[in-house]
Amino acid sequence: MSLELAVAAALFVGVIAYAVLGGADFGSGFFDLTAGSARRGAELRTLVDHSIGPVWEANHVWLIYVLVIWWTGFPESFAAAMSTLVLPLLLALLGIVLRGASFAFRKYAATLAQARLFGVVFATSSIITPFFLGTVAGGIASGRVPLDGSGDRWASWVNPTSLFGGVIAVGTCAFLAGSFLVADARRSGQERLAEDLRVRALAVGAATGAVVFAALVPIDHDAPTLAAGLEGRAAPLVVLAGLAGLATMALLWTRRYAVARLTAVLAVAAVVSGWGVGQYPWLLVDEVTIADAAGATATLQGLLVAVALAVVVVVPPLAYLFKLTQSEEWSRPDH
Amino acid sequence: MLTTDVVTALTALTRLAAEAEPAGLLPAGLLPAREQMALSLGWHIVIACFGVAFPAMIFVMHLRGIRRDDAVALGLARRWAKVSAVLFAIGAVSGTVLSFEMGVLWPGLMGTYGDVLGLPFAFEGLAFFLEAIFLGIYLYGWRRMPAERHVLMVLPMAITGIIGAYCVLAVNAWMNVPTGFRIVDGEVTDVRPWAVLFNGHAFLQFAHMWVGAYMLTGFTVAGVYAVGMLRGRRDAHHRLGFLVPFVFASVAAVTQPFVGHVLGFGLDERQPAKLAAFELAETTESPSPLRLGGVLVDGEVKGSIDIPYLGSLIAMNSPDDPVPGLDTIPEEDHPPVNLTHLAFQTMVGIGTLLAAAVVHFWIQRRRGRDLLERRWFLRFAAAAGPLAVIALEAGWIATEVGRQPWIVYGVMRTPEAVGDYTASLWWLLGISTVVYTAMTVGAVVVLRSMARRWRAGDADLPSPYAPEVAVAPEAAR
Repeated sequence: MSLELAVAAALFVGVIAYAVLGGADFGSGFFDLTAGSARRGAELRTLVDHSIGPVWEANHVWLIYVLVIWWTGFPESFAAAMSTLVLPLLLALLGIVLRGASFAFRKYAATLAQARLFGVVFATSSIITPFFLGTVAGGIASGRVPLDGSGDRWASWVNPTSLFGGVIAVGTCAFLAGSFLVADARRSGQERLAEDLRVRALAVGAATGAVVFAALVPIDHDAPTLAAGLEGRAAPLVVLAGLAGLATMALLWTRRYAVARLTAVLAVAAVVSGWGVGQYPWLLVDEVTIADAAGATATLQGLLVAVALAVVVVVPPLAYLFKLTQSEEWSRPDH
Repeated sequence: MLTTDVVTALTALTRLAAEAEPAGLLPAGLLPAREQMALSLGWHIVIACFGVAFPAMIFVMHLRGIRRDDAVALGLARRWAKVSAVLFAIGAVSGTVLSFEMGVLWPGLMGTYGDVLGLPFAFEGLAFFLEAIFLGIYLYGWRRMPAERHVLMVLPMAITGIIGAYCVLAVNAWMNVPTGFRIVDGEVTDVRPWAVLFNGHAFLQFAHMWVGAYMLTGFTVAGVYAVGMLRGRRDAHHRLGFLVPFVFASVAAVTQPFVGHVLGFGLDERQPAKLAAFELAETTESPSPLRLGGVLVDGEVKGSIDIPYLGSLIAMNSPDDPVPGLDTIPEEDHPPVNLTHLAFQTMVGIGTLLAAAVVHFWIQRRRGRDLLERRWFLRFAAAAGPLAVIALEAGWIATEVGRQPWIVYGVMRTPEAVGDYTASLWWLLGISTVVYTAMTVGAVVVLRSMARRWRAGDADLPSPYAPEVAVAPEAAR
């Protein structure tokens, strides 16, 4: 593997991790928003709070990781994407800011009125953010980001691939969150809530699956390079994503939530990988390849050192955190 | 509310700064981009200080609680942990804003030098990762982990604060003293990213900022308890809550003048225009006076109090070496002089005042006089937090504005770095101002309500998702 490809792979691992881990956090906003009145939704909202509270900031750092590796490893393409896709990026950023702040505020809100206000902001921005990040991915994947940064600031993200990308991002986040929350609800002994979440997660899964298939037609016309990749090199991943998605639905149906969580992760990881492999070797589709976009060799080597260090020093505590959150002591309600 | 005031003042100041520069040829997006950066960085820098310095204070308090079986200390540590949950969340998102802005506002910088300056950010990202992980473990670990292990979970955050701050300051030091690359025929080549990460200027800049973070956090947290004591709450809780952060702030405040002074060594060679602006040296005078206050109007210094010799002594470490004057530097390379000068002296003035105050406090304490019994001292202690914030912002303005018109000193001018935007960028600034104001208001409302409920005896602050809680007397207000 060439140096620049190794760095691009490390970058893309970050994209997948953010899509899966950060995505599940964003997706829980969907369930929070649709939980109903304060009385009816209190149990679910408390579960959301408890479920993502310890992990959302760590999961959020994957985005920083992606941005930093991108601008350090492939600086010119980063500047180009940031210039052309400035509008959806800023809208996603607005969502990120509002989500994080209002989530933290809600946890310590003094009154129900405050909790409601912060809750609505939290839940709405949790949906806005993946949508606009999805449009960004669509803009890059459909070849609308020229390397000189002169791309159209509207058409680059208001187009079929981007809009489908946005909707798919929202759907996959919600699907992931649904399968995580349903398992969390059972672990804390809230069977009635788990049953309610199960039905919703199945509905979200069916809807998202339908959108993904519907998207294949417009993408074929709108993003031919990506479509060719999806039908060629990335075809096994597309099939895997479909199978894992179906398996998740079946497992949710039969109430095997612990395993359903894993297949849901696999499905989303396969979808995102399919996009990456599908557009390979392009970094900005039809504009610049990974090899041509790469920055200085010494910097790429330095980045790989940083990534190796991350594997050694970040992964073990991250695994420890996840292990704790799945433990019995941590499944008790907050105090 | 304080932060909004700071932000407003900052924005006004940067506008002044930009107006001082020759207009006309500058890109339309430059001024709004600068103000956007001033707002978002000026806001984040305050919150980031808590991220850097608060964990160590929480650790000391928590450890005391466990080791001495001190319920007061343990209670304080738990409250501080909850406060840090709010502060670190808004710090994480406001820091993310900066990551986006690097590319959105300054594509010329990132496209050209992204692979030169990027590596420190990669390590900063690692530090942030660890910080976020241990924050989650520590915050949710109360009563869920063995106490001896739980208290250790806050320690990595104090260490990642050091690493993260170092990395960010390494990039800023690089912008002041660029290294680790060559330019051949207009192309950046021979990139040595490790030379950027370990550039010679980074450590001192880091030390200055790191110590400043402990000043800001220590004085602010101590000030909260000083206000409580002023209102007659003179219990062990308030004394301990004041003293622990005040000790941190005291050590930092006494150290800071020396760190700052050493940081200034050689500035006459590194960035002569910045030094001339700091010292308001229009012409080269030997020996140079120390100019307190004053402004430069049409090339003449007005309204300053000049102390002979002191300028040479402090800035040049010599009885008669002159501070090189602005007249030795081409006009187009001058920074906005007045803003740089006044910001610099604000920082030094407040820093000196705070250092003197803590020395006085501890000397009096050794003599058996407790200034915490004096209302005037408590009032001063309450003001010390905001003063430290102003000093930090002023120092940041001094070094950033003093580097202008360069974004990378001597290599890239700020107008070359800015994106190809029209005046529509003002909209972004308008929206950002609204969002940051809302975020500040939200944080203040939530933190104040937490304090109110704690005073009312509520320890756990349950989340009020269900209507039942709304009828509780505390929440009904």
